[in-house]
Amino acid sequence: MHVEDIMNKHFITLKPSDSIEKAHQLLVENKIRHIPIVDEHHQVVGIISDRDVRDASPSIFSKEEDHKILQKEISTIMNTPVVTAHPLDFVEEVARIFYDREIACLPVVSHDKLVGIITEKDLLYTLIQLTGTHVQGSQIEVKVPHKPGILPEVANVFGKHGVNISSVLVYPFKNDPDYKILVFRVQTMNPLPIVRDLRENGYEMMWPNNIPEPRI
Amino acid sequence: MSSDVAFIYDKALLNYHFHDEHPFNQKRVLLTKELLEESNQLDRTNILVPRVATDEEISLIHDPKYIHAVKSASFLNHEQLIRFGLDTDDTPAFPNMHEASASIVGATLTAVDAVLKEGARAAVNFSGGLHHGFKQKASGFCIYNDAAIAIKYIRKQFNLRVLYVDTDAHHGDGVQWAFYEDPNVCTFSIHETGRYLFPGTGNVNERGIKAGHGYSFNLPIDAFTQDKSFIEVYQTALREIAEFFKPDIILTQNGADAHFYDPLTHLCCSMEIYNVIPQIALEISNTYCQGRWIALGGGGYDIWRVVPRAWAQIWNVMKDGKSSEGELPPTWLAKWRPESPVTLLRMWEDSVEDIPIIPRKQEIEEKNYVTLTNLLKYTKVKRS
Repeated sequence: MHVEDIMNKHFITLKPSDSIEKAHQLLVENKIRHIPIVDEHHQVVGIISDRDVRDASPSIFSKEEDHKILQKEISTIMNTPVVTAHPLDFVEEVARIFYDREIACLPVVSHDKLVGIITEKDLLYTLIQLTGTHVQGSQIEVKVPHKPGILPEVANVFGKHGVNISSVLVYPFKNDPDYKILVFRVQTMNPLPIVRDLRENGYEMMWPNNIPEPRI
Repeated sequence: MSSDVAFIYDKALLNYHFHDEHPFNQKRVLLTKELLEESNQLDRTNILVPRVATDEEISLIHDPKYIHAVKSASFLNHEQLIRFGLDTDDTPAFPNMHEASASIVGATLTAVDAVLKEGARAAVNFSGGLHHGFKQKASGFCIYNDAAIAIKYIRKQFNLRVLYVDTDAHHGDGVQWAFYEDPNVCTFSIHETGRYLFPGTGNVNERGIKAGHGYSFNLPIDAFTQDKSFIEVYQTALREIAEFFKPDIILTQNGADAHFYDPLTHLCCSMEIYNVIPQIALEISNTYCQGRWIALGGGGYDIWRVVPRAWAQIWNVMKDGKSSEGELPPTWLAKWRPESPVTLLRMWEDSVEDIPIIPRKQEIEEKNYVTLTNLLKYTKVKRS
């Protein structure tokens, strides 16, 4: 999935000469946490976060004249140089940057111009889509040996029942490199026929595993 | 109808039948009715023959295009049907699907009319409670959402504030979304967590939006939850929600699939919860609603051992304030034994030996309790 598929194309920018106060207003009014700073050619020259603005703001307990400090130019506190993404970067690359650099927003730049913005929240939204938990469904988890051809083999059982699969995830099985967990979300309220088939084909089910212990 | 409680029934309600292998089987309604008759708990004076819902009534919730698709299901092709969630494994098209579905809606509206127009104190329609039906989509064995239609009907015709209580093991999503913005309809669903189970929603954080924020309540409980924990969290939550909302009428959806025998869910409750559930409904209807209570059916896929007993107890409590005990009528057992693929149980209660032992029991109880306190944060805020 490309950055351009999930980035925000409607974004708010500031000029380096704008005041810190204006930045503060925009952050509050739009309920956002980052604003890219651009020059007259829409080229990104900096970025500020709500934390930068807060660091620059006087305490809510301080005297009124201290608040004049908010009239200073945003260029005095903006972060530079700015890490940016390209519309054709992969979403997972962005995740990697967020994680490694401990940041939560990237301006998306193409031909030296700002074209979008991607945040942590967009990534989480994408994660929800990937897990398929946004549509009605039931979850089935199968433990399989980590070997070629296993996914189509298992998926074939689902295919025979003509049930829509809304997502497939492949997880590691604890720390055992020889096994994987396949997680299927299927659009049915009655996964029993599939589960029965999987069991009959000898697959080990992580869920459902609803065999209550026999009473001693 | 000479009694103050009405049992809505007609053979036509059994026509809601997908096919013989489908887990949703309305024979449950017949089994329940006969169990009650054989127990001398139900006679002709209680039974009310339902009307059929009009298109106009169905469109209180559903899109006319969807209603049209349900009506013409036998002429439409797969692609045309699938857009409306029809012709899937869960809700395959069947002959006269519209008529069968409209009968169920009509039966639920008949229950509403019995209470709000004809002076009955309470009424049941066990063929109803199809809580997964959406505005323009069938899902989870449900075509028309009779519960949502009834609530809309009550709002429109009588302007009463409705408390909807859903004890089906699956989240009552269709009803919740239909009234997600409405502060005059409070929905409360207790269900197995959607982590694995259909439909997947019903998180405790789903609270309603806009004016309806704070009027949707969800209590997702862990798989393998048993009686003690279920009853503890359910009782506390519902009493607290009712005190917060103070409804004029209560509508309960009584899916009977939280039982340990139910094949589709992973909750592990026994018949005990089906004694407690109607007791609290009765208590709340008497405390806030002058007794006005409509009870519907819902899920329930062990139609021989679980559903008839569970639903019969709803009726018993509604009618007499107490559930039946001891042996089931031998005449009922004798009639149905030959047909049942499983051994019928002889008692109203489950025997202790049959109840599974769950190793993680304490962990589950603790988890459910945490969810409960999370749920009730909002009722507390409003009360203070």
